[in-house]
Amino acid sequence: MAVGEVMRMEIPAGGDLTVTTPELHVLAVDDSIVDRKVIERLLRISSCKVTTVESGTRALQYLGLDGGKGASNLKVNLIVTDYSMPGLTGYDLLKKIKESSAFREVPVVIMSSENILPRIEECLKEGAEEFLLKPVKLADVKRIKQLILKNEAEECKTLSHSNKRKLQEDCDTSSSSSSSHDDSSVKDTPSSKRMKSESENLSSLF
Amino acid sequence: MLGLGVDRLQADINRLLASLFHQGVLDEQFLQLQQLQDETSPNFVYDVINIYFDESEKLLRNLRLLLMDREFSDYKKIGLHLNQLVGSSSSIGARRVRNVCVALRSASELSNRPGCLRGLEVVEHEYHYLKNMMHELFQLEQQRLLAAGVRYPM
Repeated sequence: MAVGEVMRMEIPAGGDLTVTTPELHVLAVDDSIVDRKVIERLLRISSCKVTTVESGTRALQYLGLDGGKGASNLKVNLIVTDYSMPGLTGYDLLKKIKESSAFREVPVVIMSSENILPRIEECLKEGAEEFLLKPVKLADVKRIKQLILKNEAEECKTLSHSNKRKLQEDCDTSSSSSSSHDDSSVKDTPSSKRMKSESENLSSLF
Repeated sequence: MLGLGVDRLQADINRLLASLFHQGVLDEQFLQLQQLQDETSPNFVYDVINIYFDESEKLLRNLRLLLMDREFSDYKKIGLHLNQLVGSSSSIGARRVRNVCVALRSASELSNRPGCLRGLEVVEHEYHYLKNMMHELFQLEQQRLLAAGVRYPM
């Protein structure tokens, strides 16, 4: 579909419109090999793509935040990290991520086997999305996944509304009749990568 | 007729697991691990437990070497090893091993060498008990798979 083309959505009678959500890519950081195996499985069974690393330093390397060159075109939707690790702790890693321009918007979840309130407060204050007590359960991962997807959907909606307004303005200034329907070509505006992938998923329904 | 073998083995497996839960050797985290096993990852529990055994044995060996040394004083190192053991034991649902490691960690925080040596013996004992039970469980499950295989030839 070209930019500006109106995309008409044929909603089947009965109204059920299922949209497949794109796979989330999660970076999991833990120095325990047992815990890495478990968290990886928890995430995979929740339909996430997973990359595991064994230290905060390796995580920074992977993200390209260590001064070197990280993986190109890297898209990470969530970072899950253990708190107590030798060298860089989960808290140190959280700080470095929030200081970076490339990844500060990526939600970071901290895991710890110790229920220490000041530690939890410190992490949340630094911008952690959530603090999970180990051992991590499937219910925890499912809940976090829902939270991430909801946040991303809301970001899309905000962008969608601002685009709709812009489109409306453009239409009004032109002499042709306006096509400012609520479910018109808004979703096809290429200004956001995330929105584009969502529209691609929608168009695969037809 | 062939089905009896499977049913009997399944009953043995259930009985063993019930006993281990009742004794507090395993806790609900072990059930969580079983939930993570399916057709796409059919050996998950077996794999994780074996990784746990490898890692734990290394740590236990190091702990024994450190504590047997009469000149020993690096309690911080003991603490770090124990943190690992506590964490991984809790991740697989090895409740009793985890608890005795926590007790040993407390002794190490008090720099109590005789207390640590006693504590280490308890940890080693609990660990080996768990390992034997897991081996028995895996053997039963293997036998059940074979028995089920006879019932449903491919």
